Amino acid sequence: MLGLGSDLLWADMNRLLRLLFHEGVLDEHFLQLHHLQDESSPNFVSEVINMYFHESEKLLNNLRSLLIHTHTHDYNKMGIHLNQLIGSSSSIGAKRLTTLCLAFRAATHHSNRPGCLRALEMLEHEYCYLKNKLHELFHIEQQRALAAAARYPLHNNNQ
Amino acid sequence: MGMAATESQQFHVLAVDDSLIDRKLIERLLRTSSYQVTTVDSGTKALEFLGLRENHDGTPNTPSVSPNNHQEVEVNMVITDYCMPGMTGYDLLKKIKESSSLRNIPVVIMSSENVPSRISRCLEEGAEEFFLKPVRLSDLNRLKPHIMKRSKLKDEDQKQQVIPEKIENLLEVQKQHQPQEEAQPQPPLEQQQQNNNNSNKRKSMEQSLSPEPTDRTRPRYSGIATVV
Repeated sequence: MLGLGSDLLWADMNRLLRLLFHEGVLDEHFLQLHHLQDESSPNFVSEVINMYFHESEKLLNNLRSLLIHTHTHDYNKMGIHLNQLIGSSSSIGAKRLTTLCLAFRAATHHSNRPGCLRALEMLEHEYCYLKNKLHELFHIEQQRALAAAARYPLHNNNQ
Repeated sequence: MGMAATESQQFHVLAVDDSLIDRKLIERLLRTSSYQVTTVDSGTKALEFLGLRENHDGTPNTPSVSPNNHQEVEVNMVITDYCMPGMTGYDLLKKIKESSSLRNIPVVIMSSENVPSRISRCLEEGAEEFFLKPVRLSDLNRLKPHIMKRSKLKDEDQKQQVIPEKIENLLEVQKQHQPQEEAQPQPPLEQQQQNNNNSNKRKSMEQSLSPEPTDRTRPRYSGIATVV
């Protein structure tokens, strides 16, 4: 039963990944992160992704603050935050989010407030979606690793 | 005048990037490729690390630390982001190439934006390579010839004996990171690039999807870039 569970989870994980690729949410650079993970750096992917979440939330808060909570709209500063977000998002393979940032940045270049507001809303929505999906992916991965470890107890050294 | 310490067979790369995430990525990429890495978050810190300080009038001093005496600060290559606040990667490149003591250190520029004029400007200023971000493992394979070439120029007699050993070391360490199904004979460097693309560290996720496009080993800007 446990062995079967591990295979089913594997299938779930692949299905979710395929979906995210198909939707254009992620691109191959997300997979590149996994190439960099090995025994010497076993938590590399989750470390980078958590770093990304932490940084992105700060940037999104700053953007919201600049656009909505202040009377003067510093499009230049928004552009700087967006450059950062574009850089880190493309580095981890968050393709759709990157595209939304680019549209937002274009709106700042034209000091287009309604355009910026729309872009911010879409960006925040996309970020939530991405974060949920990545958490789901990590969760399945964890479950699968547990199930696989139970299936092959000889691989564990703690007995 | 050869390499002072025989145990530092690894090449030391100084990576410069203001983004925390990109620093983490480039550090991991370089370590995975068996380079020793130091990361800094600005061009000014990079110059400090290299031992170059400026006079008030802007002319650089010779480094306060001789590279041959202190193995730990010897840098074999600098890889830097282009867009950074304050001193850009291009400014850093210029300063390095203007320095009599540092100008032989190969400099690689990274940028998330594909701007041909930017690329040619950097290459004209003396950059060895220009990488588009996000940087991949396969991109780093293009660095090996530059490093090997520099070693040869720096110390002909000693290193010519050591180099074949080093190449084998690098290949050996890479093989360890990429366990392969059947034992294969040591491939030459060009084939190794292909192998890296096809049989990179496999994480389960990747197997279900179609293989990555393998066209990144070829130089991207064959008209502009220096072809090794």
